[in-house]
Amino acid sequence: AAGAPKPLPSSGPKSLREMPHPLATSSSEEMGPALTPSPDLLLPRSIADKDLSLPNGTPVDNSSPASSSSLLNRLQLDDDLDVETRDLFVIVDDPKKHVCTMETYITYRVTTKTTRAEFDLPEYSVRRRYQDFDWLRNKLEESQPTHLIPPLPEKFVVKGVVDRFSEEFVETRRKALDKFLKRITDHPVLSFNEHFNVFLTAKDLNAYKKQGMALLSKMGESVKYVTGGYKLRSRPLEFAAIGDYLDTFSLKLGTIDRIAQRIIKEQLEYLVELREYGPVYSTWGGLEVELSEPLEGVSACIGNCCTALEELSEDMTEDFLPVLREYILYAESMKNVLKKRDQVQAEYEAKLEAVALKREDRPKVPTDVEKCQDRVECFNADLKADMERWQNNKRQDFRQLLMGMADKNIQYYEKVCVT
Amino acid sequence: RAVESQSEGQCAPVDSLWRRYSEFELLRNYLSVTYPHIVVPPLPEKRADFVWHKLSADNMDPDFVERRRIGLENFLLRVASHPVLCQDKIFYAFLTQEGGWKEMVNETGFQLKADSRLKALNATFRVKNPDKRFTELKHYSDELQSVISHLLRVRARVADRLYGVYKVHGNYGRVFSEWSAIEKEMGDGLQSAGHHMDVYAASIDDILEEEEHYADQLKEYLFYAEALRAVCRKHELMQYDLEMAAQDLTSKKQQCEELATGTVRTFSLKGMTSKLFGQETPEQREAKIKVLEEQIQEVEEQLKSKNLEGRDFVKSAWADIERFKEQKNHDLKEALISYAVMQISMCKKGIQVWTNAKECFSKM
Repeated sequence: AAGAPKPLPSSGPKSLREMPHPLATSSSEEMGPALTPSPDLLLPRSIADKDLSLPNGTPVDNSSPASSSSLLNRLQLDDDLDVETRDLFVIVDDPKKHVCTMETYITYRVTTKTTRAEFDLPEYSVRRRYQDFDWLRNKLEESQPTHLIPPLPEKFVVKGVVDRFSEEFVETRRKALDKFLKRITDHPVLSFNEHFNVFLTAKDLNAYKKQGMALLSKMGESVKYVTGGYKLRSRPLEFAAIGDYLDTFSLKLGTIDRIAQRIIKEQLEYLVELREYGPVYSTWGGLEVELSEPLEGVSACIGNCCTALEELSEDMTEDFLPVLREYILYAESMKNVLKKRDQVQAEYEAKLEAVALKREDRPKVPTDVEKCQDRVECFNADLKADMERWQNNKRQDFRQLLMGMADKNIQYYEKVCVT
Repeated sequence: RAVESQSEGQCAPVDSLWRRYSEFELLRNYLSVTYPHIVVPPLPEKRADFVWHKLSADNMDPDFVERRRIGLENFLLRVASHPVLCQDKIFYAFLTQEGGWKEMVNETGFQLKADSRLKALNATFRVKNPDKRFTELKHYSDELQSVISHLLRVRARVADRLYGVYKVHGNYGRVFSEWSAIEKEMGDGLQSAGHHMDVYAASIDDILEEEEHYADQLKEYLFYAEALRAVCRKHELMQYDLEMAAQDLTSKKQQCEELATGTVRTFSLKGMTSKLFGQETPEQREAKIKVLEEQIQEVEEQLKSKNLEGRDFVKSAWADIERFKEQKNHDLKEALISYAVMQISMCKKGIQVWTNAKECFSKM
């Protein structure tokens, strides 16, 4: 047990979100007694001290998750984190184009503000390109295989179709990268990942990259999961359910994406006709005497409608569609984690069988594996709960956006004046 | 053939009777010929025109028949409210007399009074001095026709596209429903929102139907343009006639003078031949002069009356045109206002639906 670090902090920078997902609550309750505090848990403990200001400095994860989460509940009720309790802020902005002999690319400024002990300085500002984000994500997946790593915007773009350097594209990407980092920041475990730290702080990231496996983080990387050979007999119901859910979910999101695109297309065609419609009234107005004012008025209003519609379509394309795609990617990566979880369980079961045959005492490996599985389940549920919440709020956000825009469109219509 | 019933709305006690579209046409032709100085209200279109895809172009389609019925009713109301036309006996009979109306119309012999198209065309080209106002009016009506047709065509396309936009939103309804099935907390919200999307998609049908009324109002004035042109043509015809008569008078007078004084002002074959082959006897000349003088008197009379006719025509036509202009301005203003009101209502509905959907989402 001593050798297995527990990256499960039921303490400190755990997501300060209170809402219980049915799955989460039950599993954490189940896990309660199984989780024994590990003296090896260094980092979270110190942070726990700082943030929660426990008088005796003992790690909060001594107690069962339930009580510590209730402690946290008293601290935080809202999803919008108080500035005081949050200790890590990251922002991605200021895209810049770099032209070199070999290639042209864009870098983004990544600014970090923090009070955490892991960081030497309270503030950092570095420049990173997409490659670097990709590297980070891979590293996180490697080192935290049981966690859901947030998705990145798509790597490849069809060169002929999309302009990689267009303002729109760069801005959409910047937003997605910003969200990516923010999600990691909010994650109780991922945010403490060493690679993440380096990503945020190192002046020369490439040098660090080259060091490669030389730096092994204490958190989780010592436990490597072999993905090979083990076949899972049956997925436990709850995970099968999650798997099915994710399948249908991706499907539905895909459909919505297509519908939204179709709507935008239809709106643009409508716009084309409207653009011809308005001026005809103007022409007519030129013909008339008394009616010229009202006719001009109609023409102008139609013009306004065109503008409003244009804005609506733009906003949909820039804000609504990317979020859909992001969640589809998220679902994909979640499914991969499920598969890994299956592998783990398969290994555990196989080893268990082997043990049963040998009639030995429970060896370490299966125990580890079992603990791993527990971990996975716990996280999976936890993160799924996260995801739901995020989804909920995200949906609210961009639906409000969509409707705000419909409203705007409509308000322009209301300005139609005739006499 | 569509058959419509219309009822007498005025003081006469009776009635309703049945009239076919062709009878309406006959009535209108009669009125146009009998009152050429009046801008006669137009009939609604015979065939469905300017349709957008959902509307059927079928003449038997119930919606089309209904709209045509309204158009015919409108035509009768226009005639009935016209200070001159409403007094016409044939019109009255149209409304009240079931049988034998057609014969009655034909008995008036109005067809004989009708000007041939060829004659009218000829006059239009050859006339030298038409009243400027009529020339302007003719240009105006040409342009009006052109701009309204264009407008109606584009409007039909706009309606088509708008229909598409709304209908695709209906797909959201279905997906949300399917999606809500796999969600726990988000389920209800999604389901209700989906319902609102369905409502949104369905609402376009009524909206566009209402817009058809607006289109019909515009169409009426599209057809009115033709009526305006008819009045202009009549003026041109009369003016041409007048000019021809004046010309005739001038040439006869000249001839007379030549014969009387013996001088040949203008070259004429007769003059030449008579010079070559000997002059006429004084008696012959006298006879000719007498004939010419008679003719001249006739033509002078004709000219006088034509002049009078022409002036009367211009006066009464212009009065009716002024009346028409006011009617047009008033009607079109109202049409535009009601169009705007329609748009506003459409938007308010949109706001309502999306606000409802937003509420559903917020409860997710």
